[in-house]
Amino acid sequence: MATTSITVRETPLVRYLLRRADDALILGHRLSEWCGHAPTMEEEMALANMGLDLIGQARSLYTYAAEVEGEGHCEDDFAYLRGERSYGNLLLVEQPNGDFARTMARQLVYSAFIHPYWRALMASPDATLSAIAAKAEKESAYHVRHCAEWLIRLGDGTRESHARAQAAVDHLWPFTGELFEADADEKGLVAEGVVPDPESLRGAWMQTVSAVLAEATLALPPNGWMQKGGREGRHSEHLGPLLTELQYLQRTFPGATW
Amino acid sequence: MVDAATPLWEVFIRSRNGLAHKHAGSLHAADATLALQAARDLYTRRGEGLSLWVVPSSAITASDPADKGMMFEPTASKIYRHPTFYEVPEEVGHM
Repeated sequence: MATTSITVRETPLVRYLLRRADDALILGHRLSEWCGHAPTMEEEMALANMGLDLIGQARSLYTYAAEVEGEGHCEDDFAYLRGERSYGNLLLVEQPNGDFARTMARQLVYSAFIHPYWRALMASPDATLSAIAAKAEKESAYHVRHCAEWLIRLGDGTRESHARAQAAVDHLWPFTGELFEADADEKGLVAEGVVPDPESLRGAWMQTVSAVLAEATLALPPNGWMQKGGREGRHSEHLGPLLTELQYLQRTFPGATW
Repeated sequence: MVDAATPLWEVFIRSRNGLAHKHAGSLHAADATLALQAARDLYTRRGEGLSLWVVPSSAITASDPADKGMMFEPTASKIYRHPTFYEVPEEVGHM
């Protein structure tokens, strides 16, 4: 028997929290898919560590969303009992792992944005947001470093690793535009000074990404057409199967605990 | 072979300021930077340390277990090197 999905009583802050949490949860889940498949044991631990960091960030944001919403939901309800269209994550983070280069490139372009974003959010007058950001900032700083070091070695490595790293960056580039978008809800929060404007971080992001690509001897893709829709719940074909797996247990055995 | 591209490294952790770095284990990594990152992920997940060292295993010269007799056994008979005969005043504490 399938459990019914919940209806979220959305306010601008709840929607905002869910979207940021969805980014972290979906990317964390993608990293967890490497468990048992990573190229070396060392990297297996690194990928699992990063995945757990992200899932931890998602949990904090979902828990706060539940508190703000005040409808008796909990973090699990948001993760397990919302359908694909209710998820507001970036299209970038739901893209499949691909090869190791693609996973590292995906993590780098996300982390290079979210690290300065968390830093900026630490100044939020909302004490809970500021506390979540302070914890996440340190984790994301390490993600940037780890992925940058790998991308540099892959790009500036063998002919094969260079080609794959370049293909990974080129493939993911059209999904990076969405990082800087804010809808009316979020713009409202920006105007109130509660959250930073993602657009204001474009310079910092570009600086990090272009420095890493340059050192990796990889070409910066030209700025062209950008894919979007994730924030409005219009996802790529990849999110459905991911959620099917993520939500399987709760949907099949409602209320299961362990 | 993996080993040629990713040599072995020895990991040392200092758990608190003032203590010496202690050997924690080993890992494979392509270079020192990646070895340090892997050490962080493999050996400091539960708050083990404040400082990490990684050293290429190849930089370590080790004694041969076959030389155990020559290397270590002579000390056993020199009991005067083990200061167990002396009354240590309590105020001294741990020596």
